[in-house]
Amino acid sequence: MSLWGWVLLACAVSIATKFLGFLVPARLLDNPRMLRVAGSLTIGLLAALTATNTFASGQALVVDARVVALVAAAVTLWLRAPFLVVVAVGALAAGLARLLGAA
Amino acid sequence: MALSVAIATGLYGLSFGALSVAAGLTLLQTMALSLLLFSGGSQFAFIGVIAGGGSGVSAMSAAALLGIRNGVYGMQVNVLLRPSRWRKLPAAHLTIDESVATATGQTDPDEQRRGFWAAGIGVFVLWNLFTLVGALAGNAMGDPARWGLDGAAVAAFLGLLWPRIRSREPAAIAVVCAVVTLIAVPLVPPGVPILLAAVVAAVLGLSGLGPATEGLEPDVEPYPSSPAGGTR
Repeated sequence: MSLWGWVLLACAVSIATKFLGFLVPARLLDNPRMLRVAGSLTIGLLAALTATNTFASGQALVVDARVVALVAAAVTLWLRAPFLVVVAVGALAAGLARLLGAA
Repeated sequence: MALSVAIATGLYGLSFGALSVAAGLTLLQTMALSLLLFSGGSQFAFIGVIAGGGSGVSAMSAAALLGIRNGVYGMQVNVLLRPSRWRKLPAAHLTIDESVATATGQTDPDEQRRGFWAAGIGVFVLWNLFTLVGALAGNAMGDPARWGLDGAAVAAFLGLLWPRIRSREPAAIAVVCAVVTLIAVPLVPPGVPILLAAVVAAVLGLSGLGPATEGLEPDVEPYPSSPAGGTR
């Protein structure tokens, strides 16, 4: 199959996955235990995404300018800055770190 | 926060567009991913595999695996917003990290609904707009990493995670999942480490870590008392 085929198949799978979640009966999740599972899933996935976005480069773990962005964002969040400021500081920190020679 | 989440993600789309073209996808293929797949993590997984010389099937698999969390998010949104039958499909398509995080950051049902649609539509429009701009600018821009946009993604995910860490139990879950992810990265294909972390998180939640009133469910904190992400 051509690359186009895989692109469209990936799109179809994505839409189907999202919609499948909406077809599961609400009462399956509508109890304290399942809500707690859903809550910890959200936390776990966001933590995992933060980790991969910071350290993963394909299947390799690397320490580069993104770590500087992570630390700068954490400090900014600690100072209770708005979300957008946090994101801007993250971009700025990574950009500056690279200017100063970080990978 | 809905607006700032949308803007931040839109700006991140710039780097997706540029990276996607650099990975060898055409402008139309890049736009198809942003319009139809519409899930940042999965899209990056797809072009990441292609850029690394991977096959179409492995790129598709990585995107599909990374997108499974959207099914979980779908269940959460369905419980939270209880959309009517005709709104389920558009709601499903707009079910992404940012819209779910914005909705679950609210306690009032009306605010949850408003937050979800505002963040979802805002992110969709800006994500596609900036994907297009990024793809067009692609070669002229050079390496998007030089612009710090990957740093913006790191900061955005940390910013979404941060307001949920209000006690020891969620912090423990976050740390354990991050460590599991990093250990798994070199061992399994891209996307799988995040799934392993999800399994670990589900097991931790099921085992009833901490008291039920402690608020592991994401929608307990009143918005005004979370200044870290509380401006909108």
